[in-house]
Amino acid sequence: MGEGKTISEKIWDRHLVVQEEGKPDLLYIDLHLVHEVTSPQAFESLRLAGRKVRRPDLTLATVDHNVPTIDRDKPWTDPLSTQQVQTLRQNCEDFGVELFGVEDVRQGIVHIIGPEQGLTQPGMTIVCGDSHTSTHGAMGALAFGIGTSEVEHVLATQTLPQSRPKTMAVEVNGTLHEGVTAKDVILSIIHKIGVSGGVGHVIEYRGDVIRSLPMSGRMTICNMSIEAGARAGLVAPDETTFEYLEGRNFAPKGADWERALDEWRSLVTDDDATFDTTVTLEGGDIEPCVTWGTTPAQSVPVTGRVPDPSEAASPQAQELAERSLKYMDLQPGTAIEDIPLDRVFLGSCTNARIEDLRAAADIVRGHKVAGSVRAMVVPGSGLVKLQAEQEGLDTVFKDAGFEWRDAGCSMCLGMNPDTLAPGERCASTSNRNFEGRQGRGGRTHLVSPQMAAAAAVAGHFVDIRKWEKS
Amino acid sequence: MQKFTRVQSKALPLNRADIDTDQIIPAQYLKRIERTGFGQFAFESWRNDPDFVLNNPAYEGAQVLVTGPNFGCGSSREHAPWALEDLGLRAIIAPSFADIFRNNCAKIGLLTVELDQDACNYLVARAEENPAAEVVVDLEAQTVSTPDGSFVRTFEIDPFVKYMLLEGLDSIALTLLQDDEISAFENSRSSLYPKVTAS
Ligand code: SF4
Repeated sequence: MGEGKTISEKIWDRHLVVQEEGKPDLLYIDLHLVHEVTSPQAFESLRLAGRKVRRPDLTLATVDHNVPTIDRDKPWTDPLSTQQVQTLRQNCEDFGVELFGVEDVRQGIVHIIGPEQGLTQPGMTIVCGDSHTSTHGAMGALAFGIGTSEVEHVLATQTLPQSRPKTMAVEVNGTLHEGVTAKDVILSIIHKIGVSGGVGHVIEYRGDVIRSLPMSGRMTICNMSIEAGARAGLVAPDETTFEYLEGRNFAPKGADWERALDEWRSLVTDDDATFDTTVTLEGGDIEPCVTWGTTPAQSVPVTGRVPDPSEAASPQAQELAERSLKYMDLQPGTAIEDIPLDRVFLGSCTNARIEDLRAAADIVRGHKVAGSVRAMVVPGSGLVKLQAEQEGLDTVFKDAGFEWRDAGCSMCLGMNPDTLAPGERCASTSNRNFEGRQGRGGRTHLVSPQMAAAAAVAGHFVDIRKWEKS
Repeated sequence: MQKFTRVQSKALPLNRADIDTDQIIPAQYLKRIERTGFGQFAFESWRNDPDFVLNNPAYEGAQVLVTGPNFGCGSSREHAPWALEDLGLRAIIAPSFADIFRNNCAKIGLLTVELDQDACNYLVARAEENPAAEVVVDLEAQTVSTPDGSFVRTFEIDPFVKYMLLEGLDSIALTLLQDDEISAFENSRSSLYPKVTAS
């Protein structure tokens, strides 16, 4: 076995505060992101124990899960959401934590705003009370989701006891075909390794396909690491990363920038490092994907058909497939392109960055949303929204019949009024198609922004590779 | 945190794979700012089915859940373990668990026990056949057994997690004992890392 280390091991070792035999390692946390849903009980416990936030200067809060995405200036309809958002404001005041509140243009989905602000940087440890914290790994950071007790632990100590994870390399080689996106890459990876394939591991995404992706695509991929069960996912930083970071609000400036670059360039997996597990995919084999079931692993190419559960690999997979199809109200053998849709959701921390909106607008431009479909765009942050409006993307969407909303998680999890009605079928750019995720009885198909946009126009799924732009 | 030593109770059988935290506690119920009161909403949509196991009064008082692999996948919401705890559960037995969920359980004193699929199948079948049949989960001995001793399986557990559970220790208080080490680390930390506030 080689002496070398993987990038995640390097970051881990550089953040060791205490390492003792028989105990989890105590890791220092460079950035703690906080949102309204998983933090109230943590702050309350701090208060009860008379503890304070150790490093407010390394802690940033925003509101995203709960907030309405229209009529924000009017009184909110949900008193519980209002209370939760107010509680966060009060907690931030009491404990001296910076908050991007609902009136702040920088407000947005917590995993969109970290990179957008340049707060997410290579080599950092980042946590948040949210499983999609893995998104930040795209920048070459070690970033993972934690529960509320751990949120409290980080608030109080700026550290976290963690057992050392295993390492997994996911290599995507070759090149992608036209119309195939980062979303299709990660859905294909999850299809291959399964929803628990990454449990206990930090994934490093490698290979030519990953290298050629812009930061937005890398974020889409790292975002869904948790959908494969992984503790985190990351990509080694390179020139693409540095270009993205340069000039952002919190990125180092001047001489510091040069020093930072020197440090970041050392964040590579050594040639003689070994991974506990390695998985390889061929980029050229990946097609635009659509999920048909209630786990993100249940996907097929858009040209495919709803599979027959009796052909599943194991009795348990068969049972799961049968239950999924029943919930989704789909028949085996149905062509994916024949599935009619009621709703289209363009949003979430997976696919609501400016690049996603541009790609979707490109498909939609000059078209109309099908009469049977209600479609909405929910930008990932206030700044994404602003940028899109400066580029005229809002007009493209609105002219086509999309609703144009304010930033938040929205229908990704249906905690605010944006939900599917029972039985409604939705093409969604989000990351989870679990039963009831987007609203009780709602049916979710996960797709790329381009595929969602085309589906909104056609009223059913279409192969984006055959799409005629107007 | 509640101590865990030994529990003897009925077992609640829920034989499904990949049960995600959205099923355990749907997002619309995450708006409470308290830690308690989530049990009434646990598995909310499945409870509409009158045959769902939680609707069966024969399982009332069960403190042990036996379920399928990859239990607790999905969201990091600690509300899921809180909801299960609120239902009166003290231990969950499954072939495997999602990482964050398992961590969250450990923090509140809810024991997660990994047994192989065959053992889980046996316990599920037994509980389905006879809801009154009890199981014994013994953390000190690291065993799951039936009271008559006809079934005994040992399980693995991280020794530190075991120690914390047995003693019911507060992990923050333990870490705060290492304040000097944390301060030393902070002093040697690179000045290049970003600060959110200019303090
Ligand atoms: S957009 Fe969806 S997945 Fe992302 S943080 Fe919000 S709720 Fe979670």
